[in-house]
Amino acid sequence: MPAGVTTAVAIVYLPASLVTLFPGAPRRLEVEAATVAALVDALNARWPGMRDRICAPGPSIRQHISVFVDGERSTLTTALNPASVVHVIPAVSGG
Amino acid sequence: MGEMEVGADMSGKVLVLVGTKKGGFIVEGSGARSDWQVHEPFSVGWPTFQVAHDPSSGALLAGGGNEWYGPAVWRSDDLGKTWSHSIEGLTYGDDGPTIKAIWEVKPAQGVIYAGVEPAGLFRSEDGGKTWQHVSGLREHPSCPEWFPGGGGLCLHSIIPHPTDPNQLWVGMSAVGTFHTADGGKSWTTRNKNVRADFLPTPEPEFGHCVHSLALGANGSMRLYQQNHCGVYRSDDGGANWLEITAGLPSEFGFPMAAHPRDPETAYVIPLNAEGRYVPDASAAVWRTRDGGGGWERLSKGLPQKGAYFGVLRQAMAMDTLDPAGIYFGTGCGQLYASQDEGESWSLIADHLPPISSVKVALVD
Repeated sequence: MPAGVTTAVAIVYLPASLVTLFPGAPRRLEVEAATVAALVDALNARWPGMRDRICAPGPSIRQHISVFVDGERSTLTTALNPASVVHVIPAVSGG
Repeated sequence: MGEMEVGADMSGKVLVLVGTKKGGFIVEGSGARSDWQVHEPFSVGWPTFQVAHDPSSGALLAGGGNEWYGPAVWRSDDLGKTWSHSIEGLTYGDDGPTIKAIWEVKPAQGVIYAGVEPAGLFRSEDGGKTWQHVSGLREHPSCPEWFPGGGGLCLHSIIPHPTDPNQLWVGMSAVGTFHTADGGKSWTTRNKNVRADFLPTPEPEFGHCVHSLALGANGSMRLYQQNHCGVYRSDDGGANWLEITAGLPSEFGFPMAAHPRDPETAYVIPLNAEGRYVPDASAAVWRTRDGGGGWERLSKGLPQKGAYFGVLRQAMAMDTLDPAGIYFGTGCGQLYASQDEGESWSLIADHLPPISSVKVALVD
C-alpha cells in the first residue's frame, strides 16, 4: 500500500440477487479496503467470480449496478473512509 | 451416468432442457418419453439462451446473461440439483466490447465452446471454469463491418465436425456462416448462393442472416440452414448452398433440425413474414425426407387455429432414439413433443416463460 494511504473497514451491504449466486455470501459484512476497487478485489478473493458480476471490462462498475459510498454514487476509484457504509444496488426492474 | 444407446431399453430418462426468458428448466420424462414433469427452474431471473448436455462428462451446461450481472455459463454435475457459474476469461478485454450474453454452449471432443453476443467464440478446456477467446474469428477482415439485426449480433450456432476437432462451423445472425479447418486460427465465409435480400449487394460474401445450422447424419458433410431468406442445403460443408425453400408456406423461420440417422431428413417450422407466427395461426412442423426436394406438413396434435406463436432459432431439437423424437418450444411457453418423427404431437409442458432454446439429453 502506498505511504499515506490508510485502510478503512467498510460496512458493505450486498443485494439478494448477488449473494444468491455465491453460496455462503452474506447480505452484510465488513471489509478492509481503501477504495471501492480494493473492496471489489476483497470480495472477489472470498467469492471468486464476484468481481465479474459487479464490474465490466475496463474495469468499471456494470451499467445497471450502482455502488453508493456513504450515500453518494461512486466509481471504482472512490476512496473509503473509516466505517464507510457501502451499498451495492442493482437497478430496479420488472416484467 | 452414461448415455443411452440407440435402441436401448427404456429404463433411462429423457431430459428436455429448456432455456427461457426467466431461467432454465428441465422437463423430465421416462425412457418411454411419457410422464413428463417440470422441475423448478435454475438461473432464475436470467434470460437463458441455451441448456445443453455434455455426454462425455455427464454435465449440464447453460448459457445466458442478464442486464445487471452480465453473461454467465452455468454448470451442473448432478443433473440440475446444484449449479455453479463462471465467466473467467470470457471477455474481449478492457478495450473490447462488453459481452452481453452467452447464446450457445456446445461440448465437443473434450472442450466446451461458447457463442456470445456481440458475436464471437470462446473455448474452455477445463469444463467451463476458465475460457479462452478463439480470437481468429473476430480477426476475420469482415468483422468491423458486422452489424446486428433484430435478434442482436449473436453467435447462436456452433457445429463441430463429427470427427475432425480442427473443423467447426458457426452461424452468426446478420453475419452468416463461417468455417475453420485449423482449430479456429483462421476462418472462411460459407455463404455462397445464400440470399440476403435485405442488403444492397447482389451476392455479398457476408452479412447473411443465418437463423439456424444443422449437420446431417452419418458424417456426410451435409449441412442444413434456415435463413431469414429461405431454407438451404449444402453437400460440401457449406462451400456451396442449394436453396430448398420450394414447397414451404414461408421462406422465413428460425429453427432447423436434422434427423440423427438419415441425412435426407430434416425439419423446419415456417413462420409468416408479417407477424413471425405460424402461417394462418395454424401450427405445423414441416419435414423433408429427400434433402429438401419436397416438404410435408406435420400437424397432428398441434393447434390448428388461433395459434399466434413463433418458435425461435434454438428452440427445436431431436433425440437419438428410434423412432426419433422431436421437441420444440414456443414464444408463448408451450413445449411440444413427438415420439414418432413428427407424425403426431403432444403438449408436454405449458405456461413456461417465453422459450429460447430446447435440447434433449438421454441419461441412465
